[in-house]
Amino acid sequence: MTPDHKTKLARAASGLMSKPIHAILLASIALLLTPSLNSFVMADEVATVPSNAPVCDGAAPWPTMFAPRSAPAQEILNITWLVIGIVGALGIIVMTMIIFSIIRYRYKEGDDETEPAQIYGSNPIELAWTILPTLIVFVLFMVSARGIFEIEKETPPEGSLEVTVVGHRWWWEFEYPEYGFVTANELHIPIGDDGTPIPTFLSLQSADVIHSFWVPQLAGKTDVVPNRDKNHLWLQPNMAGKYLGQCAEYCGGAHANMLITVIVEPESEFKKWVANQQKSAAVVPAATKGRHIFERTACINCHTVRGTVANGTFAPDLTHFMSRSILGAGAAPNNPKTLRQWVFDPQTIKPGCDMPAMKLTNEEIDLVCDYLETLK
Amino acid sequence: MTILEKPKQTLHTKDPNASFLSYMHQWIATSDHKKLGVMYVTTGLLFFLIGGLEAAMMRWQLAWSGMDVVGPEEFNRLFTMHGTTMVFLVGMPILLGVANYLVPLMIGARDLAFPRLNAFGFWLFFFGGLLLYFSYFGAQGLYGMGSAPDVGWFAYAPLTERTFSRGHSTDYWILGIGISGFGSIATGINLITTILTMRCPGMSLMKMPLFVWLMFIDAILIMIAMPPLTAAQIMLLFDRWLGAHFFDTQGGGSAVLWQNLFWFFGHPEVYILILPAFAYVSEIIPVFSRKVIFGYPLMVAATIAIGFISLGVWVHHMFALGLSPMVNAIFMGSTMLIAVPTGIKMFNWIATLYGGRIRFQTPMLFSLGFLTQFLLGGLTGIMLAVVPFDWQVSDSYFVVGHFHYVLFGGLVFSIFAAIYYWMPKVTGRMLSETLGKWHFWLLFIGFNLTFGPMHVSGMLGMPRRIYTYHPDRGWELWNLLSSIGVLFQIAAILFFTYNVLNSLFKGKKAGDDPWDAWTLEWETTSPPPEYNFPEIPTVHSRRPLWDKKHPEDPDWKYE
Amino acid sequence: MTQATAKSMPSASTMEAPVAPRRNLNRGKLGMACLICSEITFFGTLLATYLFYIGRDISGPYPQDVLDISVAPMKVVFNSIFLLTSSIWIVLAVKALRKGRIKTFACWWLLTILFGVEFLVGTGMEWYGLIVDDGLTIRTNLFGSGFYTVVGFHAGHVCCGLILLTIIFILTLCGYMHKRHTHKVDMLSWYWHFVDGIWIAVFTIVYILGTA
Ligand code: HEA
Ligand code: HEA
Ligand code: HEC
Ligand code: CUA
Ligand SMILES: [Cu+2]
Repeated sequence: MTPDHKTKLARAASGLMSKPIHAILLASIALLLTPSLNSFVMADEVATVPSNAPVCDGAAPWPTMFAPRSAPAQEILNITWLVIGIVGALGIIVMTMIIFSIIRYRYKEGDDETEPAQIYGSNPIELAWTILPTLIVFVLFMVSARGIFEIEKETPPEGSLEVTVVGHRWWWEFEYPEYGFVTANELHIPIGDDGTPIPTFLSLQSADVIHSFWVPQLAGKTDVVPNRDKNHLWLQPNMAGKYLGQCAEYCGGAHANMLITVIVEPESEFKKWVANQQKSAAVVPAATKGRHIFERTACINCHTVRGTVANGTFAPDLTHFMSRSILGAGAAPNNPKTLRQWVFDPQTIKPGCDMPAMKLTNEEIDLVCDYLETLK
Repeated sequence: MTILEKPKQTLHTKDPNASFLSYMHQWIATSDHKKLGVMYVTTGLLFFLIGGLEAAMMRWQLAWSGMDVVGPEEFNRLFTMHGTTMVFLVGMPILLGVANYLVPLMIGARDLAFPRLNAFGFWLFFFGGLLLYFSYFGAQGLYGMGSAPDVGWFAYAPLTERTFSRGHSTDYWILGIGISGFGSIATGINLITTILTMRCPGMSLMKMPLFVWLMFIDAILIMIAMPPLTAAQIMLLFDRWLGAHFFDTQGGGSAVLWQNLFWFFGHPEVYILILPAFAYVSEIIPVFSRKVIFGYPLMVAATIAIGFISLGVWVHHMFALGLSPMVNAIFMGSTMLIAVPTGIKMFNWIATLYGGRIRFQTPMLFSLGFLTQFLLGGLTGIMLAVVPFDWQVSDSYFVVGHFHYVLFGGLVFSIFAAIYYWMPKVTGRMLSETLGKWHFWLLFIGFNLTFGPMHVSGMLGMPRRIYTYHPDRGWELWNLLSSIGVLFQIAAILFFTYNVLNSLFKGKKAGDDPWDAWTLEWETTSPPPEYNFPEIPTVHSRRPLWDKKHPEDPDWKYE
Repeated sequence: MTQATAKSMPSASTMEAPVAPRRNLNRGKLGMACLICSEITFFGTLLATYLFYIGRDISGPYPQDVLDISVAPMKVVFNSIFLLTSSIWIVLAVKALRKGRIKTFACWWLLTILFGVEFLVGTGMEWYGLIVDDGLTIRTNLFGSGFYTVVGFHAGHVCCGLILLTIIFILTLCGYMHKRHTHKVDMLSWYWHFVDGIWIAVFTIVYILGTA
């Protein structure tokens, strides 16, 4: 277990111990965790992003719809509060009615043993609780319908960035048609240097089964459907930062690890990033040996490294692989240790994923990874 | 008046001379609606234990981030089998079984219209269920891949196509569900015919108990909504076996079509599951409040309205699919509309409570649990109907929370209510009240502890059907709470199991009418003789036994 | 029937209580009507799918190229006329049975069967042509998938119907049919009409809309 986890647990534990009921809860937790503690530690070391990794901007500790950083997400949240208000009020009222009836009319010891008055119904009352809900529903409908039409815009506004998102089992391909390059797993989009929002328009396509693109802080989800190329989603972030999301439609084996990372950065930095991505892969003489192994192995059947013989399209483009902070669509952070583990056997990091263990020797792995690390 | 031949075997009169085999033979070869009813419910409860164990495994795996109890493949099988089992092998058979048992009794008939078709329906369901579970052993196929199905209970194409689902696991899903679906259609048709043609003298449609009304509409929904699923499954089978292209997106087929076809069945299906729950509590709440049901005609009208509207809302499962704003808005409207008739029912039940003299025996506790939890589940349903909100929480744990509140908090709680209420009729013995209360309170706490936090984790961005998650997302606490809740639920179910087994052998004798109730089933003995009623009764009102018990103040004067 | 009225609750008040009048529905027919309802939603689903896929094939053969809707012997229009007129014969047969004329009944019944068989043979020949000459199978394209599924399920229902009709016919020959069986035979005729009705829908969608 990482030290980080320990402190977290300790804090939770001391809070929990303060009341007897909490102690019971804690006992249950312990019961639940003991048998698998061992595997839990193992899994932790290999596969998880350390919890001190920068997640989002400071304002929101967690990727939630309640911390919107983009126009559609904000609009949805406004509607959400309204809905929660209406539905919550209804819930409280009806719940009160139930509880009141139960308590007030419960049978008590010594009560009259005869049957209470039989009431067969009452037209005015029944009419009332037919009409009132109808009105409430009508209001709710009108408000939300407006929201639908506003959020589900079909045409990109002037000056927006267009990106084609292609969902693959189990990673994301991002194509920037205006700039003519393809990248994977980390979506970079701009925001004005002064913080003015710049809209991004995503067209969503799938290479295999249905996926769903969901970054709660930026927008609601939209499915990514094969053989249906008209799906769109737009984002208009108003704060730079790193936003996390995840594929939200079950798509088979590694669905749980089909994560999304969106990096919203000031336009100037975005431009620099674009310029770098447009270049072909760096050629570093020191890594020639690794490159040869890479090119001799099946890697090139699946992966593309622009400027080399590797031009497979089945798997993520690796041309500027080292510009990404994550590995395997977010299954693990990208660092030398995890990278070696990945090339040794991706299944230990992302079980079920479509890259096989390539059965290279340790030495070959080191060389290949040295090469991959030059792909800045 | 009809004189009958000598009474035959009933549930518990085991002929001491008969061998075990001949006793079994009686059950297996039976076409008696009561025996079949008991067989349906028992099988359903057994499947409930299996489905529950699968859920418990999932909750254990999800209790904390990075757990390694089951791997991804196994997890995917678990939720698929859990959902499929709970919907098709728990919900359906129990509702059909209870209807099987009670509808003839409540309308004063001696059996269903087609007894042998009824037996056929049961065996189709039974072997369909076995076939589905046989996949754990038999689905290896030529490729040596796969065991149980792992495509989710709604089996979205093209994940189910040969390309993405090798081996035979998906075939088992199709055939298992398809076969038991045939059985449900047969039984649905049987119920409709029985209700329309075999009511006892005096029982006009508007004098049927609400239970019978609800099962009538339910059977109609089964009859209309199941065949489209069968048709869709056959097309999928043709894709997989014959190389057709219906849902093969690489051959021009459409993934959207499967969703439309599935949910055209799937949405009515969830109402098929909840109408029986309404049916049970509509009988139980009045009896334990000692009051007549409030607003019977409007209850009937609301039932019919729910039946109708439920056929026209299926797209609300597809709001995130990228359909046009117009389509989304229309289906949002129809979905919300269903709150009105459902609300009418809710309010009428409350009005029945109001002014009553409420007794908190176990059936009533579970009915009240139903009332509160279904209210919450229904309200989160309305929230989901709001399209923009749904774009955020669709396919997240919020949805999981919603549907467990209606399915577990609604359906399963009412099933327990029904079991506590009617089992004395079926076996002639009472269940223990003390154990029943333990069962209820543990389940009530466990249920809310498990499924309440899911709404939070869903809104925090946790998608469903993930076997693990990273610690940086803030979902751990909520998942832990959920998982702890399951411990309470398991304890509750153990109490229940013990209670049932104990009552079978040692329960207090019930007598014909332990709850001082009002509908016809309490008129006959407990357990009822094979022919149900020595004489076919004649009724004059919706509460024939009330008329009998209160001759000075009979119901028919007010109806 | 066991449902003779009984005075079940003899009390002063119920004696004067109203008893709703009863209408008698025939169980068998009602059951058949329900079966037909669910069959309709079954075929409705298949037909909706077919409609949805009209014009979406990514490769041929296309319906307008291979479906022959000319009014020629042994082609689909011709066969349809046989199937549809068989409905008339079965009505006449039931009528005869109701009057107790067993021989007339047998004649009309046989005619119904023969017309049904003609339709099946016609379908078989059409399929043979499509598969052998045009190379259209269920795996060829969306049209092939939809066509064989829809038409095949319909033909399957015709088959079922024919088997049942033949059983009745054999029973008739053996002398078991009687006037009192009219209800049951009538039930079967409903099924036959339903199979015809479905054919009208299939024909309209597959042969008319689909080739337009
Ligand atoms: C028993 C089953 C059952 C029942 C009864 C319901 C009832 C309802 N459901 Fe639910 N639902 C499911 C089972 C059920 N559902 C399942 C299994 C799924 C998920 C399937 C899957 O994806 O696996 C699902 C998913 C689901 C979705 C899709 C979510 C998604 O995947 O994105 C939606 C969206 O609209 C929805 C809505 C509703 C609504 C509006 C009702 C309404 O009928 C509720 C009506 C009731 C009330 C509203 C409460 C009482 C009323 C009042 C007190 C009156 C006053 C109220 C108002 C005026 C608002 N449900
Ligand atoms: C009637 C329907 C029903 C019921 C009752 C339940 C009951 C439960 N469900 Fe289920 N659930 C569904 C219908 C239902 N569910 C559906 C339709 C899905 C969607 C599937 C999909 O996505 O495809 C789903 C999905 C689902 C998920 C989401 C999985 C995912 O998306 O990853 C989870 C997660 O926690 C869950 C949990 C539970 C739990 C903890 C229970 C518990 O309440 C269960 C309680 C019961 C027990 C704990 C059993 C007790 C056992 C014993 C006492 C042991 C004795 C045993 C023997 C002697 C053999 N369910
Ligand atoms: C059978 C095809 C295949 C072969 C061969 C293959 N890969 Fe992969 N690779 C994939 C797939 C698919 C992914 C995406 C996995 C995922 O995230 O689900 C991937 C992902 C990766 C990634 C992570 C990319 C990212 O953006 O996170 C690296 C690095 C990588 N592969 C390196 C290699 C190397 C080095 C080799 C050769 C030794 C190789 N691959 C051979 C299919 C392949
Ligand atoms: Cu892609 Cu789930
Ligand atoms: Cu629904």
